[in-house]
Parts: sequence; structure tokens; C-alpha cells
Amino acid sequence: MKFIDEYRDKDASMRYSELIHNITTKSWNIMEVCGGQTHAIVKYGIDELLPKSIRLIHGPGCPVCVTSLELIDKSIEIASREDVIFCSFGDMLRVPGSKKDLLQVKAEGGDVRIMYSPLDALKIAKDNPLKEVVFFAVGFETTAPANAMAVYQAKEQGIKNFLILVSHVLVPPAIEAILSSKNNLVQGFLAAGHVCAVMGYNEYFPLAEKYKVPIVVTGFEPVDILQGIYMCVKQLEEGRHEVENQYVRVVSREGNLTAQNIVSTVFKIGTRKWRGIGEIPDSGLVLQDDYIEYDASLKFGLADLVVEEPKECISGQILQGIKKPNECEAFGKICTPERPLGATMVSSEGACAAYYRYRKI
Amino acid sequence: MCLAVPGKIMSIDDSGGELMKIGKVNFGGIIKDVNLAYTPEAKVGEYVIVHVGFALNTVDEAEAAKVFEYLREIDGLDELTGEEKQG
Amino acid sequence: MDSSLHSELILQCPIPISDYPKVLLAHGGGGKLMHNLIEKMFSVAFSNDILKQEHDSAQIELTGNKIAFTTDSYVVKPIFFPGGDIGSLAVNGTVNDLSMSGAIPKYLSIGLIIEEGFEMSKLWLVVQSIASAAKDAGVKIATGDTKVVDNGKGDGIFINTSGIGIIEHSLSISPKNIQTGDVIIMNGDIGRHGIAIMAEREGLEFEHRIESDCAPLNEIVQNIISAGINVHCLRDLTRGGLSSTLNELASSALKEIVIEETSVPVHEDVQGACEILGFDPMYVANEGKFIAIVPEADSKKCLAIMSSHKFGEGSAIIGRVVSGNEAIVKLKSRIGTMRILDMLSGEQLPRIC
Repeated sequence: MKFIDEYRDKDASMRYSELIHNITTKSWNIMEVCGGQTHAIVKYGIDELLPKSIRLIHGPGCPVCVTSLELIDKSIEIASREDVIFCSFGDMLRVPGSKKDLLQVKAEGGDVRIMYSPLDALKIAKDNPLKEVVFFAVGFETTAPANAMAVYQAKEQGIKNFLILVSHVLVPPAIEAILSSKNNLVQGFLAAGHVCAVMGYNEYFPLAEKYKVPIVVTGFEPVDILQGIYMCVKQLEEGRHEVENQYVRVVSREGNLTAQNIVSTVFKIGTRKWRGIGEIPDSGLVLQDDYIEYDASLKFGLADLVVEEPKECISGQILQGIKKPNECEAFGKICTPERPLGATMVSSEGACAAYYRYRKI
Repeated sequence: MCLAVPGKIMSIDDSGGELMKIGKVNFGGIIKDVNLAYTPEAKVGEYVIVHVGFALNTVDEAEAAKVFEYLREIDGLDELTGEEKQG
Repeated sequence: MDSSLHSELILQCPIPISDYPKVLLAHGGGGKLMHNLIEKMFSVAFSNDILKQEHDSAQIELTGNKIAFTTDSYVVKPIFFPGGDIGSLAVNGTVNDLSMSGAIPKYLSIGLIIEEGFEMSKLWLVVQSIASAAKDAGVKIATGDTKVVDNGKGDGIFINTSGIGIIEHSLSISPKNIQTGDVIIMNGDIGRHGIAIMAEREGLEFEHRIESDCAPLNEIVQNIISAGINVHCLRDLTRGGLSSTLNELASSALKEIVIEETSVPVHEDVQGACEILGFDPMYVANEGKFIAIVPEADSKKCLAIMSSHKFGEGSAIIGRVVSGNEAIVKLKSRIGTMRILDMLSGEQLPRIC
């Protein structure tokens, strides 16, 4: 496949690996923000190709993983209702709530459907006027344009039985939360390429400047990640802290303005609770007042639900890069992909699941 | 956040208006309908990067080659350096 | 039985749709309606000398050293999918299980559990599919049973097939026979069946339809055996994908298996579908696919035999059994790094992340 296969090229990968070895003289901790990047790193064994002194920390780049326990419980509550058709991306179905997950709700008779696109959920709403159709709007900035379009179209077309349960999170506030934490070990970032395809990378300049960290916008295939790491290490070795773009074939500095426009028409910035991290101000998206009638949480009276998280699960520390999955007491024992405690194990992008499935030799 | 796949636009249907512009996009032989609202400039034959049924951006072929051009430059430099050392 | 019915190619459902458009509880009740169903539909579709005995149990004479015996149940949703349906799956699945011991499949039993309200026209399609698949595989439906359960208790239709095959070879085909140094050969590309099902089930429209590769493997296996290949093990790939099968074998044989990612055939359109859905082809369900584990000395010949059969197009050597301390499957990635290829827990779901 064009624009995929060439970035999985063995020779190019080996060459970048060699270059990284050539320039590395010190130890460095680099965080890849995005779950898709974590997936590729673990799947292709990219850390095997790096000098031992370079440590890759898997960041909170999985919106599935960081969706708060509260929101999962809300989704389960809503999906269990008889008058609801609950639509979601496949990733969310196995994320454990306090008592069960959406897959179990489906098994118990709930009308839970997997969607490829939020517009499919809108279509279901049109075809089922007597039901409330709720879409679990999860994602980083990458998915916001799609979710925004669904709500925008719902209003344009006067569709009254379509609602979204909003769980959008934003990357720059998460990076700032990590950098400003007293436990922070991260010295350089690989920023999420597809998030930046939408948002551009202007927001990262102040962060790079304030915290003196290099930030490299990086793609998702092995060659992309290796080049991104190379660019980041080069900056670290040379004492620079700039924002660079590795993923030039898709990302521009300004991003996609059309998409940003629709997103800001439908959503505004608000506070969001991150599973395992806690509340980060201005780190999420909520519906604008003009679109508030589409908010499922309000409609079903769940706005005030508060839920605490299980004690054994240290996914918060994993997400911040403070601990590795195999340093968790529960890892592989009471917490496995079959019986996950937290979302980092259940989501295929979660650091724990990726570690478990593709563990190093 | 993350899973976006490059595909080639085979045809465009803009009868539904700008925001519901639909393209038939080819992913290695699989053709899917993709919403092109966010890539209004995209043309048939161009590649777009697609996430949850929406094209987020076009793929710039010239820029795409840069990843490998850089390696070629470095290799060229290495060869030069090698010759100088030998010479 | 009405012989004129028997002699013509039956295109029309033999149970008058106007009278019985849907299956009723009575069709499984042992009375007139059930006998009507058996006579007019099943006996006609599956017609053979054994069924004509019309005893409570089929009486069969078998030759050969050993008999292979297997059973499996089929609950696939959707019932009809590109390239097949629950009927053809039920026949081929059991035929293939028998074939994996190198047995020649001979007779199948068919147990149908039908949900009250299931459309008669759909039942007829499934029955025809069973008959057609049995004919292609060269097996006879020797006996069967039909039950009808209350509406809401059955999800359309479930099928159980048990099968008998005769073993005429004297090889020991089993995971316990896998040796260090053995070569692993696949009969073609992976992932078709799973993607076909997923596309149908989730309403994903791919203009270029990916079809299930559900097919009977008895002939291709017999070709391998009769060519004198010293087959150590055979295993067909099913739900958990290539990865699960390899892990099961490594576990049973207590051996280490190494697979080369670039050697595993994946067709471009299956790859494209996997990319969009976020699937790993190694974990996608297969039908009509198997691996043969043979000594290095026989591998080239085995590959040639497999490649020349219609259900072996694209056969390839995908890996080897190596010396190692533990039962494990490793994958050498396309960029040259090694990782463990684990079993998947649960089903792959389409992802965005």
C-alpha cells in the first residue's frame, strides 16, 4: 500500500537506527504521546533498535485509556436503557467500568453497536426516530472533526434523537501536566502526528520554550518513529529545544483550518478528568451552548455522577511514564487482557496491553 | 489518536453540498466512501489520510519523499567523508 | 417419496412458502410437519443410499486401519456471508478437521437446531448449501436430526456436524511429532474469512467484496500424503487466526516456532481492510486454510504439491521449528526485529486508536 509500505522498509529503519547510535552520547528519556505510536513501537520492536541509554516512555496518548471511570459508568448506564441505541467505536467496548463493560451490556441485551464513523450513528438516528441514539464521542483532536460534523449535521438536518456522550481530550494540556509534574522524567516528546494533522503544531512552541524540551511531530510507521526519535535525540545532544516536524507529508504548521472551524463551532474547551491522572483544567472539549441539547450526560441526568478508581491499578503512573507495566504488582497476575483492571490493559493501545502482547525477548 | 490510513481518491460526489462531499477512496483494493468536507481542495487521483470515515488532509507526495532523501544525503556525505579520509 | 420431485433440479423451496413461510415448533415436533420437512426438504437435498435406509441409526461399512471421528458446532453470525454460509461452513469445517489427521472424510451427521420463526426460504438455502458442499467434498450425509426451539431461544439456526473418516496411511500426524528443524507451510493467504464476516456483520461496505475462503481441504491433504511426504503435523486455521494455531501447536509440541512476517501471504485487499479496521492479519479468522509441518527434506516437494492444487494457490513457507527452551512463537518483523507472537484474548474489534 502506497504511503504505508515504504515507511515499513527494513533498510531505512536500520539506517535511522544506525544514525541514532552514532549521535547518542548520553541517556535520554523520550515520550511518545500517541497510542498508535506506542503500538508501532512495541509491534516492530523499535526499542530494540535504539541504544540502551535511550528510554522510550509510553505517554497518555490513548483517549480510550484516559476516559474517566465516571464516563465509562455513564456510558454503561445509558447503554442499558431500553429506549437507547448506543453507538461506539470498537475500542471502548472492553474498557472496564466499575462493575462491567459495554460488551457485557451488549451481551445482556443492550442495543450496543460498533461504528466505524460517527456519521453512521447519525444515520441510525434518522432510521430509528422512536429511539434515542447516543454516540460515545471519544478521542483526541484527531477525532473531534468527525464527531463535530455528526452533531453539526444533526442540527442542520433537525435530527432530535441524536446525542453524544462527550469524552474528548486535548494533547497540549496533557503534555503540560506531565512536564509540570514534580515526578517528570521526560526530556523530549514525539508529538502525535494525526492530532497535528488537524491542529497544526503552533501550540507546542510555548511548551518547548517554557519547559526547554524538544518536541518532534512524528508519524506512525517504523521509519517515521525512528526518524522522529533521531531528530529528538539530535536536539537533545545539541542542547536545543525546538519544535520540528517529521511527519511533513501530512502535517502543516497551521493544520486543517476547515476542520478546526467546525470543531470550534460545535465544541468549546472545558475541564476534563483523565483516568489515572485526575482533573486537568482546559484539557477537554465540551459542547457549545448552541449544541447543548445534544449532550447525552445532561439529557439522562448523569452530569453529577462521581466514581473513584480501584487501588491496585497504577495505570495513572504508567500513563505518566513513572512506572513500566512490568513494575506493577498486578501486571500479568490479577490484571491481564482477559481480566483487565484499568484501561491501559484493556485497550490494545494501552501500554500494559501492548507490553503483554508484544513483550520483548 | 491515531489510526488514519492513506488512500487514493477514485471519484468525488459533491451533490450533497460542501459538508457532505463524499469520495470513493481506494485502500489497497478496498474502496470505501469517505467524507471529504475537510479536504475541499482534494482531487481525484490524490491521496488523503482517512480517520473514522473522514479525510483529514491530503498526502503531499513531494514531502513524503523527504524521509528517504535525508538518508540519501547522509549516505552521500558519508561516502564523501570516506573518500577524503582515504585520499 | 415422489420420484418426479427427486429427478428435477430443485430451485424452488419444496415446502410451500404460502403455507409455511416460517419454521414452526411443530416442524421439530416429531409429527406430520416434521416428517414433511424431512421428506420434502432434507431427504431430497441429501439423497443417498445410507439415508434411504431410514433407520434410527445409519449402518455403514468401513474399510481402513483406523477411523477418524470428529464433531463441531456452528453458530456463525451472519448466517449468510460473502463466499459461504453456515451450511457450507458446517460441512467444510468438519471435513477439514478429519483431513487434518490425514483421514479421508466419508460420512457426516447433521444436527439442526432451528429457531421458531426462521424463514423457510432461508432454511432451504442453507440445506442446499450443505448438500452442495457435501458433494464437493465427496462426503455423504448419513444421518441427521432436527429440533425447533422457541422464538428468542435460538438466534436463527445452529448446526452440529459430526464426521467419520478412514485413515489409510501409517503416518503419525500429530503435534507430538513436530521436530526441531521442521518447516511450516501455509496453503495461501490469510485473513479472508474473518474480514468477509466482519464486513457483513458490521455493515462495512467494501466495493471490492472480500469473500470467505471456506473450502474442503481433504483432496489437497491426500495429495500430500500420497506423494510420500513425511507429514509430521497438519492443522487448519480457524477463529483465533494463524497466531492461535501456531501457539496451540507450540504448546502441544513444547517447541519454539519462528515465523517470518514477510513470508506470511496477505492479499492486498485484506491488508487494506485490516489497515482501516486496525486489525492484525495474524489474528483474523480463517477457513479453508491450513499449515503443514514437514521435515526440511520434504519441504520443497510439499510446497510444490500444495501450490498446484486449487485450494493451495499462493502456498508459502512461512517459518520453522527451531531449537529452544520453551513453547513459544516468535515473529521476525519486516524490519528485522523479533517479538513474541502471543494468543489473542477475545475477539479483535475495529479500532480508531
